[in-house]
Amino acid sequence: MTPLANRRELAWGAGILLSLAALALLPLATRRDDVLNFVFLILLSITLAESWNMLAGYVGQVNLGHAAFFGLGALVARTLWSLGTPIFLAMLAGAAAAAVFALPIGAAAFRLRGAYFAVGTLALGEILRTTVANVLPEISTLPTADIGTYRLSHRYYLALALASLSVVMAGLLGASRAGLGMRAIREDEDAAEASGVGALWLKLFALVLSTGLAGLAGGLFAFYHISYYPSHAFSPTWTFDALLMTFIGGVGTVHGPVLGAVVYVTLKEYLAVRWVDFHLVIFGGIFITIVLLLPGGLVQAGARVRRLFHRS
Amino acid sequence: MSALAQQIVLGILIGGLYGLAAAGLSLVFGVLKVLNVAHGELIMLGGYAAFWAVALLGMDPFGSLVLVVPLSLLTGVVLYGALFGFVVRANEETREKNSLLIGFGLALVLHALAVRLWTADERSIVTPYGGAVITVAGLSVPVVRLLSLVIAFAVIGGLQLLLTHWRWGKAIRATAEDWQAALLTGIDVRRAYLLAFAMGTGLAGTAGVLVSVGYSVSPSIGLEWTLKALIVVVLAGLGSMIGTFVGGILLGVAEALSAAAFGGPYREVVGLVIFVVVLCARPRGLFGR
Repeated sequence: MTPLANRRELAWGAGILLSLAALALLPLATRRDDVLNFVFLILLSITLAESWNMLAGYVGQVNLGHAAFFGLGALVARTLWSLGTPIFLAMLAGAAAAAVFALPIGAAAFRLRGAYFAVGTLALGEILRTTVANVLPEISTLPTADIGTYRLSHRYYLALALASLSVVMAGLLGASRAGLGMRAIREDEDAAEASGVGALWLKLFALVLSTGLAGLAGGLFAFYHISYYPSHAFSPTWTFDALLMTFIGGVGTVHGPVLGAVVYVTLKEYLAVRWVDFHLVIFGGIFITIVLLLPGGLVQAGARVRRLFHRS
Repeated sequence: MSALAQQIVLGILIGGLYGLAAAGLSLVFGVLKVLNVAHGELIMLGGYAAFWAVALLGMDPFGSLVLVVPLSLLTGVVLYGALFGFVVRANEETREKNSLLIGFGLALVLHALAVRLWTADERSIVTPYGGAVITVAGLSVPVVRLLSLVIAFAVIGGLQLLLTHWRWGKAIRATAEDWQAALLTGIDVRRAYLLAFAMGTGLAGTAGVLVSVGYSVSPSIGLEWTLKALIVVVLAGLGSMIGTFVGGILLGVAEALSAAAFGGPYREVVGLVIFVVVLCARPRGLFGR
């Protein structure tokens, strides 16, 4: 990475954090719940995409079972919260549960390379989803007393905090020595090991950060919804959404997943008005095009356009 | 006891389809080193093709194979030309990862398109002889599913013969073994790739027809069948089509036994657990040679 690109990344990060700070004023400016719900969805998606990107973008490990960790975070947080634990503690416990669960899986699964890791985690996610759907088939609903005191703005600010945290984490990780080692692993694992990078440890470190953040996002989801099926949080669509947003924005960068989340959620909501699920035809097509022709996503497209201008 | 035996019989019958589904995935992965996670969606497409051939053209469900198999082969050629043909030019690691991502994108698109075109409803083909059952030693065997098993076995046997005796079959196996050496001996490796991919899609289409005849088809069966095929490939390894068929039957029986032991809803889980355990125990092992 050249210093120039680094500076640009820094500018992007600062811009994103400033925008997030400005969004803190939104609940004061508008009382419209649909606007707040929409921005909430974008913020949750940013957190989810950044968390997936930490493993896939930085270390190059495509995790197709990410929903399992999101779901675990949601399950633990919801359970503890409904037992009377403060939501912050419940969410932290959910994140910890996701990360702790990820460790033995990572230790085993990181022996699998490339496609094997992806299909292994895909199977794992499905195991958890089916089991949860069997054990907890009932819909989970908040007690009536809690519905009465439900405040959307609390959820909104929590989402804002989480999205900011995920961007800061991704930025710090990317600039750190560990992040450099991770990118080395992504480019060539054998060469990285040969030059003294502890590949397994760094992969586990990225996995813990990634799944812990996904667990936090799951906790936010559990805090946000008045009622949902516990297995819904384990649905593979969470993984697919995170993957699409990250790749469309630009995998392996700090601002790519943010751009991807904004574009993805906006278009999805717009299209859903008329055609439910049709957004997947469009985004699936865009995604394939990106993999084939523009592996850097929107971020790379922006760089190409800039280069065109500089040349002329 | 006889209930268990009955479950095992049904497990063997569906296991043949698992084997057929896995054969296509195994062929494509073995030859192109492309893990096509949209394989289950190709099966789903074959199933819908058969459904419409029966509903609109009034064809016999098994007779619809005459129409669906050529269509599937053609789909394979188009998909290879439009998508996977680009990926095989990359080196092996990039190829594996990019093909996985492309297969994933393709699966999303096909699934969403199928929902859009044909709704999310489950459909199955109703035939005049659909309810017929043969009773052997107190166990009932549905005729349609038995026929499916026989067809699956015949197709796999035919494929094995093609791969061992046909000129291009040998070329495909040589390419799977070592594409550089194959290229040096004058084999058109690109054409072997194209053929193997088209055959893999044809196998998926065939499996789809049998699935919609004996069972049911809906847009969301794709992921399920991809996972079944992956499990069988991991169990059976690459290289032998007959081995893949046996692996499929083993999975069918394992599912039947686990459904008896832990209850129906967990039958999916057991296969997946086997899959993860085998993958972790032999990360390169059963997949590779």
